[in-house]
Amino acid sequence: MIGGLFIYNHKGEVLISRVYRDDIGCLSTPYPSWERNAVDAFRVNVIHARQQVRSPVTNIARTSFFHVKRSNIWLAAVTKQNVNAAMVFEFLYKMCDVMTAYFSKISEENIKNNFVLIYELLDEILDFGYPQNSESGALKTFITQQGIKSQVRDKDEQSQITSQVTGQIGWRREGIKYRRNELFLDVLESVNLLMSPQGQVLSAHVSGRVVMKSYLSGMPECKFGMNDKIVIDKQQGKGATSDDSAKSGKQSIAIDDCTFHQCVRLSKFDSERSISFIPPDGDYELMRYRTTKDIILPFRVIPLVREVGRTKLEVKVVIKSNFKASLLAQKIEVRIPTPLNTSGVQVICMKGKAKYKASDNAIVWKIKRMAGMKESQISAEIELLPTNEKKKWTRPPISMNFEVPFAPSGLKVRYLKVFESKLNYSDHDVIKWVRYIGRSGIYETRC
Amino acid sequence: MTDSKYFTTTKKGEIFELKAELNSDKKEKKKEAVKKVIASMTVGKDVSALFPDVVNCMQTDNLELKKLVYLYLMNYAKSQPDMAIMAVNTFVKDCEDPNPLIRALAVRTMGCIRVDKITEYLCEPLRKCLKDEDPYVRKTAAVCVAKLHDINAQLVEDQGFLDTLKDLISDSNPMVVANAVAALSEIAESHPNSNLLDLNPQSINKLLTALNECTEWGQIFILDCLANYTPRDDRESQSICERVTPRLSHANSAVVLSAVKVLMKFMEMLPKDLDYYGTLLKKLAPPLVTLLSAEPELQYVALRNINLIVQKRPEILKHEMKVFFVKYNDPIYVKLEKLDIMIRLASQANIAQVLAELKEYATEVDVDFVRKAVRAIGRCAIKVEQSAERCVSTLLDLIQTKVNYVVQEAIVVIKDIFRKYPNKYESVIATLCENLDSLDEPEARAAMIWIVGEYAERIDNADELLESFLEGFHDESTQVQLQLLTAIVKLFLKKPTETQELVQQVLSLATQDSDNPDLRDRGYIYWRLLSTDPVAAKEVVLAEKPLISEETDLIEPTLLEELICHIGTLASVYHKPPSAFVEGSRGVQHKRIPIRSGSGESSESQDTGGAPGATEAPAAVIPSQGDLLGDLLNLDLTPPTSTAGAPPGPPMPMGGMDLLGGGLDSLLGGDIGGSPSMGSGFGAPAAVMPSSLNAPVGGGLGDLFDLGGGVGMPMGTFVPPKTLWLPAMKGKGLEIMGTFARRAGVIQMEMTLTNKAMSVMTDFAIQFNRNSFGLAPAGPLQVPTPLSPNQTIDVSLPLNNGGPVMKMEPLNNLQVAVKNNIDVFYFSCQYPISMLFVEDGKMDRQVFLATWKDIPNENEAQFQINDCHLNSDAASNKLQGSNVFTIAKRTVEGQDMLYQSMKLTNGICVLTELRVQTGSPTYTVSLKCRAAEVSQCVFQCYEAALKN
Repeated sequence: MIGGLFIYNHKGEVLISRVYRDDIGCLSTPYPSWERNAVDAFRVNVIHARQQVRSPVTNIARTSFFHVKRSNIWLAAVTKQNVNAAMVFEFLYKMCDVMTAYFSKISEENIKNNFVLIYELLDEILDFGYPQNSESGALKTFITQQGIKSQVRDKDEQSQITSQVTGQIGWRREGIKYRRNELFLDVLESVNLLMSPQGQVLSAHVSGRVVMKSYLSGMPECKFGMNDKIVIDKQQGKGATSDDSAKSGKQSIAIDDCTFHQCVRLSKFDSERSISFIPPDGDYELMRYRTTKDIILPFRVIPLVREVGRTKLEVKVVIKSNFKASLLAQKIEVRIPTPLNTSGVQVICMKGKAKYKASDNAIVWKIKRMAGMKESQISAEIELLPTNEKKKWTRPPISMNFEVPFAPSGLKVRYLKVFESKLNYSDHDVIKWVRYIGRSGIYETRC
Repeated sequence: MTDSKYFTTTKKGEIFELKAELNSDKKEKKKEAVKKVIASMTVGKDVSALFPDVVNCMQTDNLELKKLVYLYLMNYAKSQPDMAIMAVNTFVKDCEDPNPLIRALAVRTMGCIRVDKITEYLCEPLRKCLKDEDPYVRKTAAVCVAKLHDINAQLVEDQGFLDTLKDLISDSNPMVVANAVAALSEIAESHPNSNLLDLNPQSINKLLTALNECTEWGQIFILDCLANYTPRDDRESQSICERVTPRLSHANSAVVLSAVKVLMKFMEMLPKDLDYYGTLLKKLAPPLVTLLSAEPELQYVALRNINLIVQKRPEILKHEMKVFFVKYNDPIYVKLEKLDIMIRLASQANIAQVLAELKEYATEVDVDFVRKAVRAIGRCAIKVEQSAERCVSTLLDLIQTKVNYVVQEAIVVIKDIFRKYPNKYESVIATLCENLDSLDEPEARAAMIWIVGEYAERIDNADELLESFLEGFHDESTQVQLQLLTAIVKLFLKKPTETQELVQQVLSLATQDSDNPDLRDRGYIYWRLLSTDPVAAKEVVLAEKPLISEETDLIEPTLLEELICHIGTLASVYHKPPSAFVEGSRGVQHKRIPIRSGSGESSESQDTGGAPGATEAPAAVIPSQGDLLGDLLNLDLTPPTSTAGAPPGPPMPMGGMDLLGGGLDSLLGGDIGGSPSMGSGFGAPAAVMPSSLNAPVGGGLGDLFDLGGGVGMPMGTFVPPKTLWLPAMKGKGLEIMGTFARRAGVIQMEMTLTNKAMSVMTDFAIQFNRNSFGLAPAGPLQVPTPLSPNQTIDVSLPLNNGGPVMKMEPLNNLQVAVKNNIDVFYFSCQYPISMLFVEDGKMDRQVFLATWKDIPNENEAQFQINDCHLNSDAASNKLQGSNVFTIAKRTVEGQDMLYQSMKLTNGICVLTELRVQTGSPTYTVSLKCRAAEVSQCVFQCYEAALKN
């Protein structure tokens, strides 16, 4: 299991160190010296290493270091045993989530400001190196920054905390009340594309998330339905009219795989493919999914690069929007990489603004809005300095960013039902908001 | 609010000031002071001097302050054990607190203080907390048992905590169950033979129920524990799989990977024709692909695991090639792993896409990645024959870029392509030769030299090219020197007239001017070979090379099996067994995939399930590579990367300088194809070359070459007399007598073939059935055909142990098929197991002792040997000839005890104690081995060797 956890700043100075196991150092020497050995080994071999990180797991002198980096901060878990590596990384991410939930940004200043809190959290969420309940919602009920006096709480409250922390529904407490029961549901998708210069799709997939905000009283039971092909096909099998099947069949999508928040009953999904759960209070991510079939690619990029002699490049890029004309895409940005030896660039574009950014080695073309079924183009002349380097320019791909108000996978929310038998509000009383946002993930066209 | 100020106090006399503040009456001030102390501790200052003052702050109703003091205690209690005792009262009191959070905090912290005196006081509170009414306290107490066990295992057993912990598996609260499982699994690891976890269908059912209800981390503990269980039959296996599959949709990747581990392992027990088996295979692919959209660090862990899964069950991901395409912004560690998996998944169906991608990658920036991409193109060529031509032309394109490291990498892989498809792509040699000057890495130079030597007859200026390398011979790396030596000898054998000078030059450079023993040895071998028997030289040096295959970089099957059992863990990330990087007793246990057994046999197979120790037993007969022979046999040919699977060439003992004199003259006298034996001391007939090179060297050379060397050494391996294997009656006139011998580290099958039929026999060939130790012929059976009626011939066939393995009964049974122009004949024979004792089987004393203790007593066997009249020294000498090594000798009351060890070719070690009572003809052998099956065979060898 995890033997110790350290947090470093970008210089390699230790901000937090918590040791769970003696074995990460030699037993005979007292605390400061041996622990420092592990601490220093990581600093010297990883943080101060000249080259970029070659592996997130490093073995130094039979001690394994797992690290993740958040802005300038390094989090490292240390062990001498054959631990579950996936679990250690999941834990480190969770640790980041919890810290973010308590003090928003992970920065050196925030960590120093909250070091007592962090030690308290580390004591709670890792015991002898075994991760314990780490849902920030539950933790916030008894680890606060104010410093609770133990006597203040009455017995009921105490046992409520402990049963929540250890219970089956660790992510929600009892007795939540809202005057207005509301649900916000966002379908956030990022569409990824790798296209060859000739316009052939090399790989494309959508990774989507269903993110919810729920403000519901009591312990409501929710049921979520979408146009999942397997569910729809099953319903058709149960004697729906042929009209219906033709209609809904068209709209259903094939989901390659999905994963759920721990509140979703997985065995029920496995057997009936229905998504039912008791939601956490406030923000959470209900599910993630991935699709690869029948993806709507919102934009098509057509590049044309011509080398004119050794000191000049001509680039022309056309983008075409490929969705309903009534919809508007926003925050469109096209990045056209330029060679390292670029000396000057001249750009002409029909729409938006384009600029050569020498620091990024790229021409950045920005368009605020663009309707569907439109086309726009940019052309640029790139002057090059003559070099004697043998290796030619590697031509990184042209990348694109955008945001569209629909789900490129075609996913549709069919229903989200709320049942709370003990309190007197029904599904109809809950106000529900649904929104679809499609964003570019890694959207690249080789040139 | 800003606690960061505590980090900045660097004043002198700080400790003194802190002391005053800690003893302040004001609560706020105290708390501030403790915070400062913790901050100093974090940045590495020694604040242990404040111990009594900090401990004084422990009695407080402020939970935050209490936690800080506890944190301090955990870190410094060890250095101040006497003072730490002051804290005990508060702990014991806190364990009775009405607030469950405080009770749990106290027991959690106490377990972290590794001071014996405190540990004693921990037992009572812990016992109460394990039965606490509040689940939060119970789940904390469960982990505390593991902590206590780590400090004092005996205490935990004496106090009966293990039983209480086992009871917690039936607790009503899922988190308590999960922590109890975690604690028990950890404790069980240090007691491999205890039946601690006692997994049976009932307890498994409990775990599976808790699995649905507990936290994501608890699910991981439970799944990892389940993975150690061996289901009793395929039905149980299937029902567990069915209940584990929903976990594949969990958002936590570690839950998914642990579920994959359970499924991969239990799947092995399902019949392949079962519908469910196919369903399961289909269900595994999507979650594995989804792991690739996780954060990069997790992607890396996932990719390392997928690499294993793809080797074990390629069918799962064979249609998912595209998801492994490299993205421009992937971190380098993700890119390199994806590339590896792409090659593993490459097949005829997707090769065009793969090649297009690889070509793209070969123009990237990162040097390591580019090199790997180039190498990958070569591997594709070797793996998918249809693509070879395309790959070669892609490589040629890349060579044209003239980027130095790309060219070198391309040449290295082209050499491998030549090995796989001889005489097909030699047209590109000209292009390769153009780049000779730009090669500065040893591997690339060696590869180029190999190509020149191999195809010397087609390269007009081969001699010039090689000569140019020869100029700086001593500055080259060993790899290049060895290759150059071989290449020039090849050249000489192909074009003897023009290259005499060159070969003389390189032989003298290698033998006289070099300090490198490998180089000298190889030089002498060639020299002697050339001088005594150029025909044989040709046969040896220019022998047809075995084809290489794509499997060279696959993980060895037993290791792969073990790693599959460790999916998700560090072992699967490093691709090493846990014993390679974990110290101490933990993780040394080898895990194995259960073998399939039908439900009908469930009652019989019961005893193999359950205890982790029991599953180890059938693992006895493991084929393993890399014994001492490997190095010896690698003499000829090519760099090590491509030699795997090559049947060993015969090792050739080398002689002194004086023997060479005449030989070289006659060599230079021309007439390469001339008469075979050139009057030197070699007795073996040239006709049976090369296999008979292994036969003991005759004449005066004998003692020079005696590998055992040294005074008082035994006479060599005991060779049983030949016995009749195939009577003429059964062999349609062919009679075979035979025996086995181990000579110079090579197992020889020595046979006398007699033709008792009326007609001539030709076209002899031999084949073995699968056997316990993977014995297989290392070369074809060399019989100088035809064998005329009434003719008798002795042949000897070198064997290796790289063949397929199947356990035989008896263990040393070997089933042989011999074919000739008349028919195929089958017979079986038994080889003495001493043939398998390797030369480096001598164990270190310490290791011997540790191993002896480590092997359970059930594995000990005892035998008696009667009527043996040797004294102990003579016995020791005799046994040493069979590679049974005496490690220590002890004399107790007229009884000599010899402690001996031997190692089998597959790595199994056998330890014995031989008791010799002076004056008594009866010896007693006590024998211990992890694989108890070999005992009987070893005993037979002892008897045979001693009575010989």
